Amino acid sequence: MARLKNGDITDPSSVVCADASISAQGISKRFGKVRALNNINLAVEPGTVFALLGPNGSGKTTLVRIFTTLLKPDSGTAHVAGYDVIREAHSVRGLLGLAGQYPAVEEILTGRENLEMIGKLYHLGKQKAKARASELLETFELSDAANRKVKTYSGGMRRRLDLAATLVARPSILFLDEPTTGLDPRSRLGLWEVISSQAKDCNTVFLTTQYLEEADRLANKTAIIDKGQILREGTNQELKDCCGGETLVKVRIADRSKLAIANRALMDLGGDNLHSYPDIGEITLPAVGGTSLLPEVVRRLDKEEVVIAELALKPPTLDDVFLAITGHTAEGNTEVRTDPANTLG
Amino acid sequence: MNIGNSSNLSNALSDIAVMTQRNMLRYIRLPQLLVFNALLNVVLLLLFNYVFGGAIRTGGMEYIQYFLPGFMVQTVVFGSTQTSVGLAEDLSTGVIDRFRSLPISRLAFLTGRVISDVTRYAILIALMIAVGSIMGFRFENGVLHVLAGVALIILFGIALTWVGVFIGISVRDVETAQVAGFVWVFPLVFASSLYVPIETMPSWLQVFAQINPVTPMVDTMRALSLGGSVSASLWRILAWDGVIILIFLPLALRRYRLLGQ
Repeated sequence: MARLKNGDITDPSSVVCADASISAQGISKRFGKVRALNNINLAVEPGTVFALLGPNGSGKTTLVRIFTTLLKPDSGTAHVAGYDVIREAHSVRGLLGLAGQYPAVEEILTGRENLEMIGKLYHLGKQKAKARASELLETFELSDAANRKVKTYSGGMRRRLDLAATLVARPSILFLDEPTTGLDPRSRLGLWEVISSQAKDCNTVFLTTQYLEEADRLANKTAIIDKGQILREGTNQELKDCCGGETLVKVRIADRSKLAIANRALMDLGGDNLHSYPDIGEITLPAVGGTSLLPEVVRRLDKEEVVIAELALKPPTLDDVFLAITGHTAEGNTEVRTDPANTLG
Repeated sequence: MNIGNSSNLSNALSDIAVMTQRNMLRYIRLPQLLVFNALLNVVLLLLFNYVFGGAIRTGGMEYIQYFLPGFMVQTVVFGSTQTSVGLAEDLSTGVIDRFRSLPISRLAFLTGRVISDVTRYAILIALMIAVGSIMGFRFENGVLHVLAGVALIILFGIALTWVGVFIGISVRDVETAQVAGFVWVFPLVFASSLYVPIETMPSWLQVFAQINPVTPMVDTMRALSLGGSVSASLWRILAWDGVIILIFLPLALRRYRLLGQ
């Protein structure tokens, strides 16, 4: 089972978590002509939540599949809990829990049977498998539906059951591939609670997401991935500080055709950091000096007879960071930036 | 990793048992699968016997006597295409990723499939014997011979199921698996001694029918059911079983391993 590495551990508080790290060194993977991953390097500290944030097709799932021994990289090495995912795949499998992008639960079995089956496959023994299943059904608020076939479950219930299934053997490392995609807001909040609680007890959580809010909310560290490359990595605060992390003044004008006029009027307030978004008629600029900038914005636009539909101070979000680094939003690949100087990555 | 110790062996056996149980539950929860499978076999049995039976010369023997031993064999040959379909179905959902990410024996998932499918064959063969008896079929050689024959058919079924596993894991798509199964199964079933005596075929086809593993299997079952010498065909079918398993079990395992590439 878990092996304690006698490496150079100095911080006593990290000793307990020492064998739940994840790392990748120079991982690349191609599918035919598509370069899915290009020289990925990353390290996840034990006992932390790490978010891999990126749009569809950016390589998130491919990386998760490599870490969870489902896919072999073309080059590079990856370690989970100190074990090589290729040469020591069996040991890795004993330590990890995987919740894939689509719930991997058996439709014709009941929720309870699903969990008991996984327990037996982990060789918990019949009694323990049963007890653990009941416990998890309770935790995930599925006790009432425990004896119903999964095909009667809602999407949110399936996700919860799937997550419960990954926790059966109390894995020290959890891989969650887009755990809340397609869930309604309430179910998402519920799952967030569960994921947060996992990071306690030294469990390491590696999650992928398209939702900036999710990374912001759950992760200690976030890496931004796009087109198979990690563009930035850091704590959420670091990311906000480094790239587009200031509080912004956001102006939305009533008549989008006047965007160019508004742009000109505000240009010297924002300079290089003024961005306009023609499709929504919005302009953002750094809120230098806090709220004092707001009257000035109003005055200038009023002078040009540009009607303001919305004016607000916008605290930084990972959304802005993502946009600043990649030049497009996380949800899709549409270019929304007018600024061509996009060389941060 | 040491693979040889007994706790690993008992773990592997337990994994296989869980996987088998999982597949068997499918038959219990979705009984229509097995019911229609059985129904199809009964319909085919009736059709072939009453439509073609009168037209096929089998040396004075009632056609059902000639035909039913072969029909039992046909059940497992056709059955192995269902293996491909079931496996392709598993591979097209996320379930396979979960199993592959668990620390379980690599053989467990595939072997569980083979065992549950073979159980299905046993049920279908029993049904064929029952329906055949109503239609006038009589074993002329005693219970032990019949049981030995059924055991041989099931062994043949195990061998062919590994072919089905290999195909299912290679095509990974339910509909393709269905069609791909028919491509190899139809020639095996029809160009053999199963429905008609080989002597009635053109000579080039006789060559294929002689080589075809279905022929010695059917001949063996026929001899065990009705009397006659089994020795020649028995060795040939056992050799075939060995060859098929030796080729397709490693191929299927290799395919399973290659799912990660």
